[in-house]
Amino acid sequence: MTGAVWPAVLGRFDWSSLPFVRAWQDPTVSEIIGAGAAAIVVFAAIGVVALITRYRRWGYLWREWFTSLDHKKIGIMYIVLAFVMLSRALVEAVLMRLQQAAAINTPGFLSPDHFAQLFSTHGSIMIFFMAMPFLTGLINYVMPLQIGSRDVAFPLLNSISLWLTGGAAGLMMVSLVIGRFSTGGWSGYPPYTELAFSPDVGPDYWIWALTLGSIGSTLTGLNFAVTIYKMRCPGMDLMRMPLFVWTSLCASILMIFAMPPLTVATALLALDRYLGFHFFTNDLGGDMMNYANLFWLFGHPEVYILILPAFGVYSEVVSTFSSKGLYGYTSLVWATMAIAVLSFTVWVHHFFTMGQSADINAVFGIATMAIGVPTGVKIYDWVWTMFRGEVRFTVPMLYALAFMMTFVLGGFTGILLAFPPLDYLAHNTLFLVAHFHNMLIPGLLYGMLAGYHYWFPKAFGFRLDEKWGRIAFGCWVVGFYLAFMPLYVLGAAGVARRTQEVFEPAFRPWLYVAGLGALVLLCALASLFVQLWVSIKRRDANRVTAGDPWDGRGLEWSISAPPPEYNFASIPRVSRRDPFYDVKRTGDPYAPPAAYQDIRLPKGSMAGPVIGLAGATTAFGLVWHMWWLAILGLLAVIVAVIARSFARDVEKVIDAAEVERTEAAWLSAVAAATPILREGEMSCANQGLAEIPA
Amino acid sequence: MIRWRRRIIVAALTSPLGGCAALKLGVVGHAGPIAAGQWHLYEIVGAVLVFVAGPVLLLTPLIAWHYRLSNRHAAFRPDWNFSWPLEGLIWIPPIGIVIGLAVVLWHYTHTLDPYRPIASPLPALEIEAVALDWKWLFVYPDQHIATINQLAIPVGRPVHVRLTSGTVMQSMLIPQLAGQIYAMPGMTTQLNLAASQPGVYRGENTQFNGPGFQNEKFDVVAMPAADYQRWLAHVGGTAPALDAAAYAQLFQKSSPPQPLFYTSPPPGLFQHIIAKVQEPTP
Repeated sequence: MTGAVWPAVLGRFDWSSLPFVRAWQDPTVSEIIGAGAAAIVVFAAIGVVALITRYRRWGYLWREWFTSLDHKKIGIMYIVLAFVMLSRALVEAVLMRLQQAAAINTPGFLSPDHFAQLFSTHGSIMIFFMAMPFLTGLINYVMPLQIGSRDVAFPLLNSISLWLTGGAAGLMMVSLVIGRFSTGGWSGYPPYTELAFSPDVGPDYWIWALTLGSIGSTLTGLNFAVTIYKMRCPGMDLMRMPLFVWTSLCASILMIFAMPPLTVATALLALDRYLGFHFFTNDLGGDMMNYANLFWLFGHPEVYILILPAFGVYSEVVSTFSSKGLYGYTSLVWATMAIAVLSFTVWVHHFFTMGQSADINAVFGIATMAIGVPTGVKIYDWVWTMFRGEVRFTVPMLYALAFMMTFVLGGFTGILLAFPPLDYLAHNTLFLVAHFHNMLIPGLLYGMLAGYHYWFPKAFGFRLDEKWGRIAFGCWVVGFYLAFMPLYVLGAAGVARRTQEVFEPAFRPWLYVAGLGALVLLCALASLFVQLWVSIKRRDANRVTAGDPWDGRGLEWSISAPPPEYNFASIPRVSRRDPFYDVKRTGDPYAPPAAYQDIRLPKGSMAGPVIGLAGATTAFGLVWHMWWLAILGLLAVIVAVIARSFARDVEKVIDAAEVERTEAAWLSAVAAATPILREGEMSCANQGLAEIPA
Repeated sequence: MIRWRRRIIVAALTSPLGGCAALKLGVVGHAGPIAAGQWHLYEIVGAVLVFVAGPVLLLTPLIAWHYRLSNRHAAFRPDWNFSWPLEGLIWIPPIGIVIGLAVVLWHYTHTLDPYRPIASPLPALEIEAVALDWKWLFVYPDQHIATINQLAIPVGRPVHVRLTSGTVMQSMLIPQLAGQIYAMPGMTTQLNLAASQPGVYRGENTQFNGPGFQNEKFDVVAMPAADYQRWLAHVGGTAPALDAAAYAQLFQKSSPPQPLFYTSPPPGLFQHIIAKVQEPTP
């Protein structure tokens, strides 16, 4: 009897699914590292729970954060998630670089299987659980403020998206402790990821984590697009929107159209693996080429989902820190839209080597080069924005400058790769790895970090520490060049990516330099955490309560820092681009409204966390073939959706008197603040009030 | 520890040398007409791109520094944000360059198409390559031999490779001779290449296919025609037959430490493997 019960309850689980047991049975360095990573996850989780319990913060976190529908808090939670996942994926990158540096004609310290799991999790996490949450968080926080809105169009959907993403990220962390992850890379190409070749739980973790994440992102895309179309304040015409809003809009449109092919691809692969379908198998007419097309139909627009929001950040940063309106705003808008449209026309360049005709390859190669034109235009627009400006080398501006110089090198190698005959040589080699890191580190990570530094004072009311910001910046830049320039050389020498051992002594110096670079990048991340710690400790000296530390241009700077829950006491009305910059020079930027009114805001809801947790539970049940758990999770999702639809009391009212009190407190802080000139914005004299030179 | 330190010192001293040595293993050290053509294309595109990237690399730091806040001699025009001539300058030359490069791209994509036979008075040597876990099987259908992890070819004669996979998708790359093409189960792809000088060139699978992936390398041995004939005779005279037992071995997951040689591969072996992988797995 018991023989039949346990498999039904535990599915495919057995004791050797636990890395601790594996390390006990086979104490190699590779297994011990795996067990150590699992132990870190377990102890970190226990530690966090213990601390929250010790300080009795569960109620506070649940009420004020987890169930919150406030776009600002949801944005911050997304970014916290991004930093947690960035830490894990960066450590994995360092392990891989050290392994390759150590494994020249010797097996090194990581087994091939462990190494394969590392490159699969590194890629999957960096794309889906670092980059996507970071940009989603940033858009969530900033975009409604920039368009003069009190929230996004669908606040509850926003919370559900967050928790689906969080649940998926949680599944990635669980895969470290229970079972193993896929070895099929972030793109999970079948037939390798089919049951015939990877029968273990790894690809299932990958499938369900991506499925949850991609559903979350599709919903986010819909939410943002509707918000931008429908929730702009009076006077905020499309061509008056800050460029960050434009890039957010383009990224949202791309999410809406590009995420579903991924969801379909992973769903079809799941049908193959679970129900014996044959979409991508070798046998019975399956064809993996369909997978390649579906995946990259998502995968290429995804690149622009990642990069466009960062372009928006750079547009804001370069304009603000040059004290100038953007050069060629209209041109930038057109370039952004052109990139968004063209991004759907180039996916074949991810598999030039699949044997299609030269005509097809040439057409897609030319389309790929064509994308370079609007991208180049954007770079020049930023250069000409600095022209005849007053450039201040703050941390966000440093990231922007490093981006422009570094990204252009990535564009250089990108055009090389757009030539099919050159791609035949560089495809699947470290040259390609170097290229896409050369695009995504400056084109995404630097942008997100610039945005983090730029808007942090708005979100928390104090500036981040300058010194540690500069140290972190230096490490990110130096580390990037050390880690990835050698990979171009190695790739040109034909070194395949994802290789756990190397057999040419000639590669050794380059692998050493790349390994050193990875360590510098780790220092960069550590410096960011030190910076956060130092900044929190010295927060009182760096307060910018008045809300405008950089002589900002958009509406987000016209309110207090941190902003009140309702964002704007009265919905602003704008009559031109850069409205706040303008009103500081021509009118009274801090004039209180004639009368305050009651403000209705959405109440918190537990639907988001419940659906996210239940979704992750379903996914976990499916991974382990614990069918009862999967059904239970799915039922919980359905019940939560139905129950929520009966909720009638979903709004709360902040009454006019309270709004008036909050605003008066802020306005008196503004009155008490000493205005500063731009020379002083990096010093403690900066209280968030800009002095306008005559 | 001392060994490590010595290694690091040696590496530091030899790194310029090592750098060149590494590059010579790639397309820089091309040894055949296809790779030579690809390197030539690299040079053309690289030279053009210097003029694309150069201005940004120069202008960005120059303008940022010149217009720094503390430079009181620099002009400040906060309302200047558009100029038609400048707009023309940032849109038109890039479009022109892309159009020019598109012509180059079209031409070279066709001349260096892996499916395009290499023009030569000599008939192409036919090879059937099968990607396996974690090794390559090369069948010489006209010479009635087969090898594992060694592709011997005569210098100066075109080689026409037909590829498939007996397992998951893989990709065959011989950086000094030609680009790569996927080997896919149940399908056939083609790659034309040739060696113009004798030598041993590294070939590999670049598409990850499991824990033996890193070991899946093979040597392409390019030898003068006479040596190649002697090699054929030697393999034909000494190697065992590719019989049922040897055939079953092929599908074991392994990387043989040394190349293996066989005679009389079953006729139609390549087609047989294509059909085999499409059969329903029990």
